[in-house]
Order: sequence, then C-alpha cells, then structure tokens
Amino acid sequence: MIEVQNLSKHYGDKRAVDNISFKAEDGEILGFLGPNGAGKSTTMNILTGYISCTSGKALIDGIDILEEPIKAKAKIGYLPELPPLYLDMTVKEYLNFIYDLKKCKLPRNTHLKDICSLVKIDHVYKRLIKNLSKGYKQRVGLAQALVGNPNVLILDEPTVGLDPKQIIEIRTLIKKLGRNHTVILSSHILSEVQAVCDKIVVINEGRIVADDTEDNLSRKLSSDHRLTVRIEGEQSEVLRMIESIRDVEKTDIGARHDEDVIEYRIEAKEGSDIRRELFKKCAESGFIILEMKSSELTLEDIFLRLTMGDGLEDNGGED
Amino acid sequence: MGAVFRRETLAYFTSSIGYIFLAAFYGFSAFSFTSTSLRYNTTTMDAMFQQLMIVLIVLIPILTMRTMSEEKKNKTDQCLLTAPVGLGGIVVGKFLAAMLIYALGVAITVVYAVVVSAFAAPDWNVIVGNIVGLLLLGAAFIAVGIFCSSLTENQVVSAVISFIALIALYMLTTIGDVIPSDFIEDLMPDLGPVWRTVITEAVLAAVLAACFFLFGKRAGVLIVGFILMLVMGLFAAKGELVPEILSKLSFWERYNGFTYGLFDLSNALFFISAVAVFLFLTVRVLEKRRWA
Repeated sequence: MIEVQNLSKHYGDKRAVDNISFKAEDGEILGFLGPNGAGKSTTMNILTGYISCTSGKALIDGIDILEEPIKAKAKIGYLPELPPLYLDMTVKEYLNFIYDLKKCKLPRNTHLKDICSLVKIDHVYKRLIKNLSKGYKQRVGLAQALVGNPNVLILDEPTVGLDPKQIIEIRTLIKKLGRNHTVILSSHILSEVQAVCDKIVVINEGRIVADDTEDNLSRKLSSDHRLTVRIEGEQSEVLRMIESIRDVEKTDIGARHDEDVIEYRIEAKEGSDIRRELFKKCAESGFIILEMKSSELTLEDIFLRLTMGDGLEDNGGED
Repeated sequence: MGAVFRRETLAYFTSSIGYIFLAAFYGFSAFSFTSTSLRYNTTTMDAMFQQLMIVLIVLIPILTMRTMSEEKKNKTDQCLLTAPVGLGGIVVGKFLAAMLIYALGVAITVVYAVVVSAFAAPDWNVIVGNIVGLLLLGAAFIAVGIFCSSLTENQVVSAVISFIALIALYMLTTIGDVIPSDFIEDLMPDLGPVWRTVITEAVLAAVLAACFFLFGKRAGVLIVGFILMLVMGLFAAKGELVPEILSKLSFWERYNGFTYGLFDLSNALFFISAVAVFLFLTVRVLEKRRWA
C-alpha cells in the first residue's frame, strides 16, 4: 500500500509538486498521468526516498520513507526514468550486485532465474549491459526493480523507448505483477494508462487534476462527440446532411482520399453521441460511411476538460 | 557495504583505471627506489617513501575521480540511494574498494625491502613504520578524493579539485610560513589583543551583514563570513598561532615523522580522523543533495 499525504516539493521558488495526496491499495495498479514536467518523476523520486519532500508524508505499507528509510526502501522496487544500469557489467553481474545490495534473502539462483524468464532476458544474461539495445536495457531495469520481490513497484515510464511488440509485452507483465504487488506507473500516454491501470491520477504542473477509477475517468474523458468520418458522396450534399443533425456544432473537411471520398471532422455538443443518427442519415441519403472513429484525446484536451469541464469541480486541482 | 565494495573493486579492473593506477604506482616507485636506495648503496628507504607522497598527490585523484561523480552522471546513484542501505555503507564500501587497490600498489614496497635485504639487513622496524605511514597517508588522500568526487558530476573536474586539495594539504606548512601572521597587529600597534580582536570582528561583521543583504540573503555568504571572522579573529588575537596550527594540519609534517621511522600515535590518529572527517563530509554532501 502506498499513501501520499499533502506532499510538496519546492526547488527554490519553483513548486515541482504542490500539495498532492493519493492512495494505492494492495494489488492495485495506479497510473500516474501527466505531461513532461508535471512532477511525476519528482513524486516517484520522493516515494522511493531518492530525494526528500519539502512537506507532507509518503507512507509505504504504513512506514514513513523519511523516518525509517531503510525499512521502507526494502519494500520498494524502483525503475527510474533512466534505468540505473552499470554499463560495464554483464546482466548476470548486475543482477547479482542488486541482489547483494538489497540484502535479498530468497534463494539466489532460482530467484534471479525466475525474474529473467519473467522479463525475458535469459538469452542476454551473460552479455555486457552496454551492448544491449534500449528495449533490453529497459527490461534489465525492470528486472532490477523486481529483485527481492518487493511489495511495491514504482515504475517511471516503463514503456518509453520500446517497440510496439515490447510495449504490449511489458504491459501484460505489469498487469500480471499488479495481481500481487502494489504498482505505481507513470506515463504521458492516456491509452497506456487506460489499458493497464485500475486507478488513474492525473497530474499537471505539480497538482492533481483528477483522481478517479479508470471507468469514471474514461466516461468523463470520452470523446464520442468528436468524430472523424470518411464518407463517400458529393461534398456539399454530405455537408448539408451532417449539419442537419441535431447537436453538431462544427464540421471540418479533412483529407480528400478520392474524388468523392472525403474525411470530415465533426464536433458535436459535449456528452452527446451522434453516431447512430449519422449512420441513419447517411443510409437514407445513400452516402456510404467507409470509416468512423472517435478522435483521440490529447493530453491538452484532457487537462482542458478536467480543469474546465463541467461536473468535475469536486475533483478539481484547486484543493 | 559488501555489495558496493565488490562492485567497485570489479569496476576498477573493468574500466582500466585500476591497471593504470597500479602500473603508474609500480613504475614511479620502482624509479624512485632505484634512484635512491640502489643508486647510493643504502638500506634506508625513507627517500623513496618521501618521494612517494608526491606520486600519491598525482595518482590518488585518478583513483578516486569517478567514485561518486560517475554514479551521479549515469544516474546509477538512483539505484544505490533507493536501495535499503545507509549512505554511510555506500561511502565506506567505495572507500574500502579504493583502499584495496591502493594497498595492492603499496605492497610493492615490501618487494623493494626484500631486494634491499639481499644486500644487507635493513632496519625492518623503520620499513614497517614507513609502510604503515604510507597506507595511512593514502587512506586520508583517498577520503579527500572521494569527497571531491561527490561535489561534481564531472570526472575531470573531480580529479582537478582533488588535485588542488591534495597539493594544498601538502603545502600547508609553507602557506603558514608565507602568510604574514602579524598584519593586523601592524595595523593597530598601540591596542592590546582584546581591543584589536573586538575592532576586527566588528568591521568584519559589518561587511558580512552588508554582503548578506546585498547578495540576496544566501546561506553561503553567512558560512564563508563566519569562517573568515573566526580566522581573522585568531589573527587579531594571537597571530603567531596561525602558522603553528597550519603546520599541525599539514599532511607533509605528519607523514614525514613516519619516514624517519617514528611511529607517533598522534600522527596515526591524525590520518585516521582525516579519513573519518572526509567520509563524513561525503555522506553529508549526498544527504544534502536529496534536500536540495
């Protein structure tokens, strides 16, 4: 369990983290979402005892990281933004070093072997870390965090720099780990956090913008009112048809794929869903929908919606 | 501590710094041994041990330059500082690893002593005293080097700072002799030591306060100012004490005793406390970085 109470960190006059509180229960994966420089890494560095906070408290399984650092650190596995790898060691030497450093009591060979097969680095076990690719370095970093089987895993952007296949593998792995660990992972990609986490904390400029379970948040963040539709049909007629739909506020013309195949970006009123009506109207007029998708929300959109959107004041970042 | 010690020892030999250090140490000491003991057909080795101090001033910074700075630069300190070990254990582990490499270097002097003993029986007590002295001096130098390394992320800067620090420690006696110890007395010749001190401190306090408020209330100004007040107060009260204190702190003076074959407990304790002080300061620097 991780509990953060009114945590603040000032660098001189700059407030990197400003009075944030959240909680992750056992067996929960908490996603920490925010743009670059939002204070994600700072918070994680405080949680792991790498830096100290200006005020507030961070509790790992009820142990204050500042008061009993060694006891608390023994419960944490940490993968920082840049995996802390000694490039002049082999994977084997490095993991053995970490094993000794953490004063791990589990049977050495089987434990390290289990971790290696879990993150799939068995076949590079005897290679020098500096010769590994970025993806493998990231996995060795993850393996390092898993040594000693800590209760709490803190992963700072664990999928950054990986190829799509590796990203999926790491996500699956994190989900698997989340069953019997408390996991905090940070990311600046909404879809990633949605795919993996039970709970999302959105942070911007050092403040918590939203703290909610994924379902609630994704409902609030649903973007079904913003559609990108590719329709075959005469442009002016299609436009007239779209504008006749109730709730449509704005229509832009996007890429022209063929003579009569055009992409339209439609924005309707917030919270409305015009997909069914659009489909029926097209069918009536004989236009053909070739593609329809909700527009992806960017992080900026999310912050705009969470900070200015309606019905979210109770989660607002001002407290 | 054990884990850090093993890793560091290994790193000295994977990064070639260990080999370079040992080769240079063996080379210089062999030259020094040949050009003194062997050349003048003598069994005394103190000339070589005296020269080795100069060699150490150059070589120890090379040995210690990467200890802390490289960790910071590669962000591997994140792994050390978030592991369930105390900062003291990390610093001592690194110190002991450097010490081991250094002891491997010093071990060569035993070989020289054996070489000398083939010609005539040397005074073994003196040689043992010399070796102990050299180990203690090196330990203090290594502690200074590790401290300097913790101040920066750049290995070269780290080496240069420790180089300067070691030369300064070596030259403390000379510095003490050169500084005019009675310059404040000359300024106010008619006043007694009490009034001299009061006036000096008052002037300094005023300057310190002015600087503090002008330069935006920095803690650093206060610290430097207080040290300055302390030193100048000493000058004003009893100027002739200053060179004496400096020569007491001089590594050269302390080490010289050993090369004459004198094992003075106070000299041994001086080096051991120097190790303790600089390792403690290193821990404080690491600690402070977390709070910055």
